[in-house]
Amino acid sequence: MTAKKLGLKQRYAHMTRGLDWETSYQPIDKVFPYDQFEGIKIKDWSAWEDPFRLTMDAYWKFQAEKERKLYAVLDAFAQNNGQTGISDGRYMNVLKLFLTGISPEEYQSHRGFAFIGRHLRGVGPRVAAQQQSLDELRHVQTQIHTISHYNKFFNGMSEFPTMHDRVFYLSVPKSFFDDARSAGPFEYMIAIGFAFEYVLTNLLFVPFMSGAAYNGDMSTVTFGFSAQSDESRHMTLGIEVIKFLLEQHPDNLPIVQKWVDKWFWRGFRLLGLVAMMMDYMLPKPVMSWKEAWEIYFTEAGGALFQDLARYGLKMPKYHEVATEAAEHVGHQLYGLLYQLCHVAGLHAWMPDAKHMDWLSEKYPNTFDKYYRPRFEMWAQMEKEGKRFYYNGLLQLCHTCQLPMTFTEPGDPTTRCFRETQFKGNRYHFCSDGCKDIFDNEPEKYVQAWLPIQQIFQGNCGGPTVPDVLNWYQIKVGVDNAEYVGSEDHKLWESWKQDTAVSKAG
Amino acid sequence: MSQLASLTLYHNDEARPIIEAIIADNPGVRVLNMPGAVKLDCEGALVVKRASVEERLGREWDPQEIHLVLISMAGHLDEDDDQFSVSWKH
Repeated sequence: MTAKKLGLKQRYAHMTRGLDWETSYQPIDKVFPYDQFEGIKIKDWSAWEDPFRLTMDAYWKFQAEKERKLYAVLDAFAQNNGQTGISDGRYMNVLKLFLTGISPEEYQSHRGFAFIGRHLRGVGPRVAAQQQSLDELRHVQTQIHTISHYNKFFNGMSEFPTMHDRVFYLSVPKSFFDDARSAGPFEYMIAIGFAFEYVLTNLLFVPFMSGAAYNGDMSTVTFGFSAQSDESRHMTLGIEVIKFLLEQHPDNLPIVQKWVDKWFWRGFRLLGLVAMMMDYMLPKPVMSWKEAWEIYFTEAGGALFQDLARYGLKMPKYHEVATEAAEHVGHQLYGLLYQLCHVAGLHAWMPDAKHMDWLSEKYPNTFDKYYRPRFEMWAQMEKEGKRFYYNGLLQLCHTCQLPMTFTEPGDPTTRCFRETQFKGNRYHFCSDGCKDIFDNEPEKYVQAWLPIQQIFQGNCGGPTVPDVLNWYQIKVGVDNAEYVGSEDHKLWESWKQDTAVSKAG
Repeated sequence: MSQLASLTLYHNDEARPIIEAIIADNPGVRVLNMPGAVKLDCEGALVVKRASVEERLGREWDPQEIHLVLISMAGHLDEDDDQFSVSWKH
């Protein structure tokens, strides 16, 4: 007689049982040296249970299946010259931003979770963190494979690892992950597992990948959703960790609240890049940043924090400021990119009349009043042959490292500046949120690598713009500046002509 | 205040029986169609029943197979051999 098949819960219990052991020749605190200095108190690690109960054999089986499907799509895409079927050549700039700004962070996330998977002393979270670490490595690999096909045709992608480490706007995502990875293991879990994966990642992946699908980029939508299919496990890890910390000891609440406040604000600032992309850079837009914010923060985040209120956890500090700013950030950041694309590794362009009407419809309170007149002025300058580029060095916020371009809460006509003094030096911030983060840990943030300050200090290839761009590995006149008239644009137009000829023939 | 439990799935043939089972088993479910994806929201809780999916699929289905088509979710997860659910209930 065969034994009765084990149920899911039993299989998971068997997998995790006995994976952990008591140390004999070293004290346990020496084996796990990093999980106490942050002040988090854990009474019972065995109270952790991963609700997915994904055993390692099932993990390999599902991940292998996902890979088979993804690579079948990528092969078909390459064989069928899928690059010619995207909505418009301008769309490629979205992928350039993604490859240089997001894919390297998948790798940072892989490293971070590998560390957590070693250094938390409970076996449940260790298994989940190790699986997530492997997922993140898979994500960076599949993203590079997918985008490498476009690199055969379009500019701006070939030097992505160097660009990520050096280019000024890419220090925004880089500093976010550097900050998380140089924190303790519990803060890392709240930063990436909870604030980023659970609260904010939908805003990056779901509307973005839907945008890729809508713009004919079958390969990106496939890697995006394939990566996102791991995300439900990551979200579960994020929510489990916060419940676990809050249930273990009441002293954990103020520490966790401070991390939630900090990482919500850092994530909100980072995702401003996604706001710009969704509102301006998809030739066929799918959803405005404001709509995405309403669905994924106001509605989904609201439900989550309502649930966590039973532990005394409050909505993140300045969440109202972030919600109000959803009316502005996309316009403000794209306006900046338009003026600065001559020093960037991608192209920008003037939104056409139809796109501006879409923005008016999506932003009835703000676009026509504050932002349309700026674009119309720049459009007029283009007509007169005076395409506007900003030729100064920007002042950066010392925390989020974005340029000081944001406006005061409730007053979109006044630039927001904050500053703080620390050990005889003055530091500048774009918002109260960023200033608070610095003021809580000034010793950490004074060490930040700020790209503009580094140029002034002579660490970025030389004193002139061409020197710095050369050091960034941005090819002047090829990778940068206005889309109209660029090599990418000419290539796209030639493809369109080929299609027209073959249709006519 | 409303508390929506939510699952976002691929919009493809593989996910279709699961989407149909969710719509049949969760009265009041809200369906948001996006290019490439479907977001299903329901007040309080959302359940995917193995038996309902199997009925539509015409073969055995392990609730863990949802990993192959699941994009995102909201709510506390509970999963066993017969169903997969997200909810804000305790």
